[in-house]
Order: sequence, then C-alpha cells, then structure tokens
Amino acid sequence: MRSPEEEPPASTGGTGAAGDDGEVQRLAMVWAGAVAGTSYVPLPQGEVEQLLVGLLRRMKAVLLDASGCARTVGMEVGAALIDAHFTNPRSLSRTLDVLLGECPATIGASSPMDADGNHGAGGPRMAERRWKELVAAVAEGFSSALQERALREQEDILAAAAQAREQARQELHVSEERFRAVFEGATIGIGIGDLDGRILDVNPALVRLLGYPLEEFRRRSVNEFMHPADVERVWQLYDELIRGERDHFQLEKQFQRFNGESVWTNLTVSLLRDREGLPRYQLALIHDVTALRELRRQLEFEAHHDSLTGLANRKMFLTQLDDLFATAAAGTRAGLCFLDLDGFKAVNDTLGHEVGDHLLVMVARRLESLVGDRGLSVARLGGDEFVVLVPGSSGSTELIALAEEILAVVARPLRLGSRQVLVTASVGVVERSIAEITPAELLRAADMTLYWAKADGKSQWALFEPERDAQELTRYSLSSALPAALVRQDLLVHYQPLRRLVDGSLHGVEALVRWNHPRLGLLGPENFITLAEQSGSIVALGRHVLQVACRQAFAWFGARSSGPFVSVNLATRQLREESLVEDVRQALSNSGLRPQQLQLEITESAVIGTDPLTGRTLQALADMGVRLAIDDFGTGYSNLIYLRRLPLDELKLDGTFLRELPGEGGVDSLDVQLLASLISLAHLLNLTVIAEGVETQAQVDLLLSLGCDAGQGTFFGAARPPEGISAFDDLDDLDAADGSAEADAGTGPS
Amino acid sequence: MERPSWAPAEVDLTRPSAARVYDFYLGGSHNLEVDRRMAREAIELWPDLPAIMQSNRAFMRRAVRYVAEQGITQFLDIGSGIPTVGNVHEAAQQADPRARVVYVDNDPVAVAHSRAILGGDERTAVIQADLRQPEALFEHPSLTATLDLDQPLAVLMVAVLHFVPDEDDPNGAVEKIRARLAGGSYLVLSHASAEGRPEKAGSHRQLYRRTATPMTMRSRTELENFFDGFELVEPGLVWLPLWRPDDPAAAEQQPERTTGYAGVGRKR
Ligand SMILES: C[S@@+](CC[C@H](N)C(=O)[O-])C[C@H]1O[C@@H](n2cnc3c(N)ncnc32)[C@H](O)[C@@H]1O
Repeated sequence: MRSPEEEPPASTGGTGAAGDDGEVQRLAMVWAGAVAGTSYVPLPQGEVEQLLVGLLRRMKAVLLDASGCARTVGMEVGAALIDAHFTNPRSLSRTLDVLLGECPATIGASSPMDADGNHGAGGPRMAERRWKELVAAVAEGFSSALQERALREQEDILAAAAQAREQARQELHVSEERFRAVFEGATIGIGIGDLDGRILDVNPALVRLLGYPLEEFRRRSVNEFMHPADVERVWQLYDELIRGERDHFQLEKQFQRFNGESVWTNLTVSLLRDREGLPRYQLALIHDVTALRELRRQLEFEAHHDSLTGLANRKMFLTQLDDLFATAAAGTRAGLCFLDLDGFKAVNDTLGHEVGDHLLVMVARRLESLVGDRGLSVARLGGDEFVVLVPGSSGSTELIALAEEILAVVARPLRLGSRQVLVTASVGVVERSIAEITPAELLRAADMTLYWAKADGKSQWALFEPERDAQELTRYSLSSALPAALVRQDLLVHYQPLRRLVDGSLHGVEALVRWNHPRLGLLGPENFITLAEQSGSIVALGRHVLQVACRQAFAWFGARSSGPFVSVNLATRQLREESLVEDVRQALSNSGLRPQQLQLEITESAVIGTDPLTGRTLQALADMGVRLAIDDFGTGYSNLIYLRRLPLDELKLDGTFLRELPGEGGVDSLDVQLLASLISLAHLLNLTVIAEGVETQAQVDLLLSLGCDAGQGTFFGAARPPEGISAFDDLDDLDAADGSAEADAGTGPS
Repeated sequence: MERPSWAPAEVDLTRPSAARVYDFYLGGSHNLEVDRRMAREAIELWPDLPAIMQSNRAFMRRAVRYVAEQGITQFLDIGSGIPTVGNVHEAAQQADPRARVVYVDNDPVAVAHSRAILGGDERTAVIQADLRQPEALFEHPSLTATLDLDQPLAVLMVAVLHFVPDEDDPNGAVEKIRARLAGGSYLVLSHASAEGRPEKAGSHRQLYRRTATPMTMRSRTELENFFDGFELVEPGLVWLPLWRPDDPAAAEQQPERTTGYAGVGRKR
C-alpha cells in the first residue's frame, strides 16, 4: 500500500518573494477549504494545506520558467491530488473553481523569466495562456490518475473476490471431505435422496446394514423400501415430509435386507432445504436397533415370566390360554393340571424361604423336563401353584396319566443342600372341549378340583366332576353374582302386613328381600343372606333394602310420628358395621320417613353376648327414635332378662311357638302357660308382642286371649311386591283414625 | 446466524458488503455495482453519510495516533474492512516504525484484499475471524505470532459492533476480549447510534438488511457498557468529531449529525 502522506518533491524554482509565498499560503487555504470533505483524505486539515502549498509552488515555478513544461507539471499536480485520495469528481470541480478564479499574478507568476532571470517577452497574455494550460493539465492529470486508480482498485477488488471464492472453494472442499469422512466412517446408516424419492447416495454403514450393493441402492427409490409390516403412519409421515409439511420424523421401522431377512431400525428422516427455505433433499439416518429390541424383549420377558423359576407367570399363562381358545379349531379339547405342593408353607417356615425358593426352582425344572417338547406349557401362577396346559388333549385319560407323572416327578427325593427332602403335590385335573367352557372357567374348575384333591387327603390327583361342582357352584356363583345383581337391580323388596289382633288394623309392614335371579328365579333371603354376610356384600345389600323400604313406606304412609311402620331385618354382620347408624339416618332423610315409622328387626343371637359396639349402635338407633324389635324370639327364653338391658320396642315370637301349640282342646297346657307368661313378661318390659306364622282364626283367638298384641302370617296376608298392595285396604281411614297425622305428611323427598 | 468454525464462509458477490459500501463512501473503488447501488440509495436518503464515514475514519486515525503516543505499539483492528487509505498500520508505523498490527474481518473478500495489499509486511497479519467468537480469534496462530498478549495493546472496534445484534451478545464478546488484554491496553471504539438523527436511523437500518451484517443502533448508555473494565480517557464517549479533534473550531459544527459515538478506554 502506498502512503499518500509522502511529501511531494520539494519545489524547484521557488525563488519568489516572501510576499508572493504568502499569496501561495492563502490560496492553498482557500483550495483546501474547497476540497475538504469531498472524499476521505487521511490527513489533518493543516497537512492538506501543506500539501497544496507544495503543489502551488510547483505550479508557480513552472510559470516562471519559460523552458518548463506546464502540462507536465499540471498533470503531476492532478495526479498528486488523487494520490492524496481526493478521488471524488467534486474534488476536481472545486479545484478548478479555485484555480480558474485566480490569475497567475496572484501567486506572483505574472510572466515567466528567461534564463537570465528577466521576465520574458510574452507579457501577461502569455502568462494567462500558460496558467490555463497548467490548470487544464491538472484536470487531465487528475482524471487519468483517477481512472488509473479506479481501474487498479477494481482489479484489486475483483482479484480479492476471486481469491476469496477460491479460498472458500478450497475450504468447501476440505469441509466436504470432512463431511465425506463422517459420511463414510459413520456407524449409523446415512442415505440421501431427492424429493422424488430417488436415492442419490448412501454410506457404507447403510450398505452393510441392509446388504444391498451401492448400485442397487442408487437404482432404487425410497418407496421400494416399504416393508410388509410397515404401519400406514410411516408413509403418511413420509408424504408429509416430502410435501414440506414437516421437517423430520423418527420411528422404528423394519427393512428388508438384500438376503430377505428383516432388520429392525430406528429411522430418522429429515428434510433438507436450500437457502431460500425450499425443500430440496431428504436425509435418512438409520441404525440397527435389533439389539435394543432384544433388550426390550428381555424386559418384556421378565414382565411375563416368573423371576424365580423363569417359567411363564400368571399373566403370560392367561394370555396363552386366551390365545389357545381364540385360535383353536372347533371341537378342540384342552386339559389343565393344576398342582400345588403339599405342606409347602411348613417347608418355608421350618427350613426358611431360601430353601423354599430352591424347592420351587427344582420343581419347576422337573416339570419343565417332564413336558419336554411335548407341546405343553408350564407356568407358575404364584406361591407353590403350578399349571401344566395341554392344548389339543384327547380326553381325561391322557390328563390323568399326566397328573400321575407329575405326582411322580415331584415325589422324587430332592437334595436341598445337605438335606434330602421329600415333597408331594396334589393335582386338580380338568379336561374339556373348548367349545363348552371359557378359559376362566377352565382355570376355576382346575382350582376347584385341586381343592377337592387336597380335601380328600393330598398327595393325589382329583378329576373334575361337574355335578359335584354344581352344588358348590351355586354357593360360589350366588355370592359372587350378588354385587352385580345389586347394581342390576335384581334385588326386590316384598312386603308382608303386620296386623293388630284386636281390630285387625295395620300395625306395620315387614320388608322382605327377594332376589330375582336370571337363571334360578325368585330366591328368598334364606338362600343368599348368609352368603352375603360371608362375602361382605351384606352391607351394600342392607343399605339398599333400607333405602327402598323407607321410600316405599313414605309413599304409603307419608311422614307421621306414630301409626304403621315399616319393619326391616338387620343381619348380624350389619349390626357390627359402624356405618349402620349413618345408613339408617340417610335412608330416613332421603325418603322423608320419620324414625318412629321405621322398625329394625334383629335376631336374638345377634344381641347375645353383645359386644360394646353393638350396644352403642342399638342405643344410637333407639335415641334417634327408630323402633327396635327382636326377631324369631323363642330359642332361648333365658335371655329375656338379658334383653331387658336393650332399648327394645317389640318382641317377635318365632313361628315355632304357634306350631307347637296343641289344638283347640289343650288350651291350658304348659306350653300355653309358658307363652302367656312370656307375653306378660314382655309387657312388663314395655314391649309389644307380635306372633309370627299366624295361619288360622283359632290362633288369633288364642293369642288374643293371651294378651298378644299383633300377628303376622298367611292369615293376615303373604309377602307381596309393593305393586300388588299399592294401597292397604284400611290405609285410607288412617288419617281419620290417627289424629297425629302431620301437616307436612306430603312433603317427602323430591 | 453463526456458522460452526469448520464450515466454510460463503462468498456471495450478489449481496452488498458493509466493507465495500464503506469503501465507496470514502471515495474508493474497491466495490462492486451492488455495493454502489446500495450506497447511492443510502446517500439519496441521507446525504451526510459520506461525511459521517469520513468522520469515523478520521476518528480512527486520531485515536491510533493518540494511543501510539501513549506508547502502544501493538494493534488489533477488529472489523478492519478494506484497507483504503489511512490504515491503522500506516498511522501506527508513522508514530513508531516497529508497530505491529493484526487486521481481523469476517468478510472473506475484505480479508483476501487485505492479504493481497499487506502480503509482504512482516509486522502485520490478516485473520479471517468473527468477533463473536473471540476464543478462536485469540488462539489464531497469526495473532499469537504477531502480538505479545502479555504486553498492552490497542484493540480497535471501530464501526463494527453495530453489525452485531443483541442476540449475539456483543457485550459478552467484548468482555471476553477484555479478559485477554494486559493491563494498560486500550479499547478504541466507535458505534452508530440513532440518537443523533433518529429520523434517519430506520431507513438506514432497512438498507443494511440486504447485507450479511444488518445494523443495530445503540444508545450512549448501552455503549458505555462496552467500556466496563476500562477507564474512558478524555473526552469520554462523544460524537465522532468531538473526540480530540485536529481543529477544535471546525469540529464544533453540529457534531451530532454524525450520529456516531466514539471513545477510547484504558484497561485498568
Ligand atoms: C464499516 S467497516 C469498518 C472498517 C474500519 N474498522 C473503519 O472503521 O474504518 C465494518 C467492518 O466490520 C466487519 N464486520 C462486521 N461484523 C463483523 C464481525 N462479526 N466480526 C468481524 N468483522 C465484522 C465488516 O465486514 C466490515 O468490514
């Protein structure tokens, strides 16, 4: 780079007077001011003036020297301006403005001097001409230097641009090579295709992964890599990508290798766009996830297999069983041996869990080797329970033979550490046609049969018998179907009237639950209440009956503080429930019925030896105003004294009392006297007495004579559905008979 | 957007370049038709522009002279552009012939041009680097071969930081650079600001969107932050012509019209 700050060559013939030079200085200042700011000149203003002073001196010198070449000097001056970087055309026009506005005389060069130092003959006109010639030459020098400079700079910048491009090209080459190295060396498969799906390039990893030769890839299009197992989504995503609607997607996909095998891969496809953002290419990254999937399968295996023995677990077994049933041809049979170890708990308890576990593993191994490759499957359902499934069995004989084999292998002495242990198993055997049974039924039957084998003495097999099962099934299925029956509203409440003996008026109604069973028809409480108590569904059942009965009673009686009531039976188990009091309160408030209109019947046995909770419950109910009655009274007279401590309202004499009484003749038999004293004792305790099982007028008469208050039985009417007794015949005059009917009687629950 | 250091820079001669447009404003011919077209449009909208650029370049010359007088002989000119007349090394070597200068620019054409011009000079080096990646710059072998980072030096960021948008964290970059400097080093900085001619700033910024380096004008307060860790020398951060003018009388006419702030700070 040349420095424009070099001083121009010192002026040659500068011999003018100081006064003349003063003019030069002044003119330089004017000139500098005129060109200032026309282009960038890397000099302070003062130095610009100095530069121009120098130029003016040279101009002056050549004017004074007749032999000097004005044009040459003028051109040098013009070029010097360019050198100083006065490169703007305006620098020239301003320069010409300044110089042409002056005459040579101003800078003390009115006429050139000859060699002797005299002013020449040309005179002022001559001087004027030479000045113009000089100034014109400045313009010429400026222009040609500017042109020169501009061309040179253009050349420089174009060369620099070319150089930069070349550099970039080389760098691109290097970076391409780097990319190439990544592409070639990557362990992940990489493929590049255009938007028509033509494959442009693939890397060696992809060639290795899929096994096609490179040329084969290039011949193919992306669509040809469709795999029969591809879900539709894969190609939807692909189409969206090609349409530019998404920039990438990732999923697991199978590819067919060249040799026909399938390989699982993780595939990421990205859209490559150009600088304008238009889609240009697609880039696929593919890597083999076979090992990963294997690992995943392993985890899944663990989820489906018992970690101790490695056998299929319950979940897996059920799936197998379902699959078998779902895919088997019609007429296929299947058998199941369900076994557990006899006394396994004792092994665990006495020898420790580790030994127990070891034992289970040994049994599992033996079962496995027993079934070998017979096409049977073995599973551990949990604890010491194992099953062997026989798909496509031929009949019970085959299964029994298998059960005997199982008993034998299990019974072989086992070495557990230093110990010899003998274990036996019991086996339940079922063999059925798939058409007549469900997987769940098959398993349940086997389970049931195993139970029989155990109950019958262990270390043996038992074969499933449908008849034996049927009885147990009734129990079993009733109790398990009860909750669903409740939901389906198969449980109904029927009502039986309780009448006063004196005038036959309505004393109350007893609510009696019925089960309208879809197969077995209407079932009475004796068929299922005990089951419900055992299974616990009695709580829900009892709550349901309470609700229904209260609602029905309100419909019949409205809200009253006395008069007929509805009487609901409580099972013993219900009395033990803490929620009972709340359930009763709910049933009353939901229905609008008064507590006095509800009576709860409890059995004698339920309150004998009453625990404190039951006592408190009864008291709470009594405090609420609910009537309490002892049902089926008559089995333990001795307890009447005990009952004294309970907040009771009514005693219901069991039907056996009446049945055991003699006919008309023996009125004053001991039994009658006993009954008479019982009734008077009850009255002494302030209890009303009602007799159950009243069938004849004679019985009514007898009971009346003994002072009994009310009766219930076929004589007064059987239990009927509420529709059948939409109005009790004497209900209408209740209002008239009972002055305590309340004004809000009609405002029941909404 | 930043490109990874291993990806090649693009040479796109169809877009104007800040370096070449600047050269045009200064009266140079190191420019192409696209550059001139943009510059002429800009001048049409804002006739002061050439004067502003000259004022900026003049500040740089004065600042180099000033720090050279303070005994600095090492210069790092970041965003050096196309060496028209009055380059840093000329000014610096005039003060001390041993002065060393490293020119840095991210414009590949500017770099190629600088290399061509400075080819033979052992006391100068030209590096293609981006100031947003100071680590790469300070590790560059040409830089470490030319400058002694244990000694004070002058870093010039003259009319360059306004090409670094806020999201690229110019303050972070300046801080990283400062961290590499020995105590007693100088920061020479000038920067466009909308404060002088707010009405002109918008259209001007618009024009620079065509280049690879759009502009971000900053307020004086924002610019002061660049001097964190430096002590501003007299007269502080001022309009370009007011920074130690050669001729104080000439400088005082409407200096805000240059809309550029200039300052020199000394690292503590
Ligand atoms: C207006 S020129 C300034 C030239 C010189 N510093 C001056 O003031 O006379 C701005 C220069 O900064 C360069 N530049 C812009 N952004 C840059 C960056 N991030 N890193 C390095 N240089 C950059 C441009 O390429 C251009 O050459």
